[in-house]
Amino acid sequence: MSTIQSFKRRKFVTQIAATALSAAVPGFAQFRVEVSGIGLTQMPIAIAAFRGEPQVPQKIGAIVTADLERSGVFRAIDTTGLAADESTRPDLAQWRQKGADSLVTGSVTPLADGRFDVRLRLWDVVRGADLGGQSYAVTAADLRLSAHRISDFVYEKLTGEKGIFSTRIAYVTKSSQRYSLWVADADGENAQSALVSPEPIISPAWSPNGSQLAYVSFESRKPVIYAHDVASGKRRLLANFRGSNSAPAWSPDGRQIVATLSRDGGSQLYALDVNGGEPRRLTTTSSIDTEPAFSPDGKYIYFVSDRGGAPQIYRMTPTGGNPERVTFAGTYNISPAMSPDGRWLAYVSRVGGAFKLQVMELATGTVTQLTDTSADESPSFAPNSRLIVYATQQQGREALMTTTLDGKIKARLAGAGGDIREPDWGPFSR
Amino acid sequence: MKRSLFSVLSTITLTAALVACGSNVKLDDVPVENRTGTSVAPQSSDSSGVTNRAVQPVQIGGTDTAAAGPVGAARVIYFDYDSYIIKPEFQSAIEAHAKYLAANKSRKLAVEGNTDERGGREYNLALGQKRAEAVRRGLGLLGVTDAQVEAVSFGKEKPVANGADEASLAKNRRAELNYR
Repeated sequence: MSTIQSFKRRKFVTQIAATALSAAVPGFAQFRVEVSGIGLTQMPIAIAAFRGEPQVPQKIGAIVTADLERSGVFRAIDTTGLAADESTRPDLAQWRQKGADSLVTGSVTPLADGRFDVRLRLWDVVRGADLGGQSYAVTAADLRLSAHRISDFVYEKLTGEKGIFSTRIAYVTKSSQRYSLWVADADGENAQSALVSPEPIISPAWSPNGSQLAYVSFESRKPVIYAHDVASGKRRLLANFRGSNSAPAWSPDGRQIVATLSRDGGSQLYALDVNGGEPRRLTTTSSIDTEPAFSPDGKYIYFVSDRGGAPQIYRMTPTGGNPERVTFAGTYNISPAMSPDGRWLAYVSRVGGAFKLQVMELATGTVTQLTDTSADESPSFAPNSRLIVYATQQQGREALMTTTLDGKIKARLAGAGGDIREPDWGPFSR
Repeated sequence: MKRSLFSVLSTITLTAALVACGSNVKLDDVPVENRTGTSVAPQSSDSSGVTNRAVQPVQIGGTDTAAAGPVGAARVIYFDYDSYIIKPEFQSAIEAHAKYLAANKSRKLAVEGNTDERGGREYNLALGQKRAEAVRRGLGLLGVTDAQVEAVSFGKEKPVANGADEASLAKNRRAELNYR
């Protein structure tokens, strides 16, 4: 039968990436971010290289720069050759001359116990004001996380909204005949393996509190749904009924999973208590009903159905009542994802034979096409509703991208080797 | 004739069972268990609130499928684009499998639906399920009960041809009949 091995993954992949990053663009890491479209209003920000960085395994300043640029809200000012740390008041006139509205300075210092002391200070260059600072004492393994926390601090101070840089993304890779489920930082780096299987893994879905992943595994020669506790590696079967079991979606309170089961013939939606028990059937059609997604207030389940002859997105109540159609343009609209603020619906449309990411503003029904790629899949919103991560193909290889909701700022995420797919953005960490 | 065929089949079945060495997993007997890796709890928070967020990996070994079934009958049924209709040329294969299942009541058949690579993974999983169920119904019309057949789908996850040309896509739009 099946064998299980566990291993502790080292961090060298991350380190290689960080070294390449700093070598390629010292102190100015916008190489992964594509900016398209004009008339953007972005805040110019200067992020000086952190004092002490050459002696530590992570380039904090470069990670913060890439984070803030990926958000679409900031434009990084070139800081090459300019040094400043958090302990002294910088010459703000010099930074104003460079066009910066704000400035991040900081340092990294090794501590006697082997950890690192990471400090930063944020300056309003225009008003000459000190906007506050932070310090973190972290292990080498948590240096990247401290950089993401710095990005969150800066983002929240300057925009008034929570940053998503220290959240996590789950995704799946395939290399030869080996499928892996990964949990990575929001920039795709620092991936840790949660599951390795010789059979496909699809549709990972974070539980609302970020402790578990539900997913579909084909390890027993058919699709079945597991719930997997990420910190312990313990997992249990959630749905292994006759036929196929797929498309798990958590209710916002984390107590139910809605999934597609074919136990009664045909792909239909059922609600399952996460603690077990008999599934309750939510749809009763002779059509395909699949890809459920709860609205964040729990009032609707969005889903895909071909009941009208072609796949379209519908919504119904959590008990299966009052189904109504949501998408009307085109003949193939699939993979609905709701933004956590409830305002937006992301999905994939077939447009002239290509599959393209769309976002609909639910209040107005206005639809915007976000990409010019042709094989987009699996959109998922960042917990602050400002970015979407999705899978696509670039130069014949699978890739993960993030985009702003206007489609103007896109970034390709790093990731473990091989084909990369099925992203799901986790919630804010508590 | 019938007797000798049966004995040949029994031999094949026995051989397959021996080769598989007890590693085949029955359809309705997928192991229900909590497979657990070594637990590494997240390190405790330090004063800064930054933690090492450990992820414990789980690794799964391979599964084997035992081969058996009607000798000489096609094991793969191909479908047209966006279609779930069993074409006339595959009717004789369906009949051969129905006969085999009627004569071998202990045998179980998995009908595995597959699609080409175009479109979403979950929607393709549902499309593959439709193909698998078309074959299951075809067998049902010939008297095979659901106790012996399970229709499942692999969607677009298990292509046999990797090209984007129509010939490759056509090879992937299929239902495979696998005895377990």
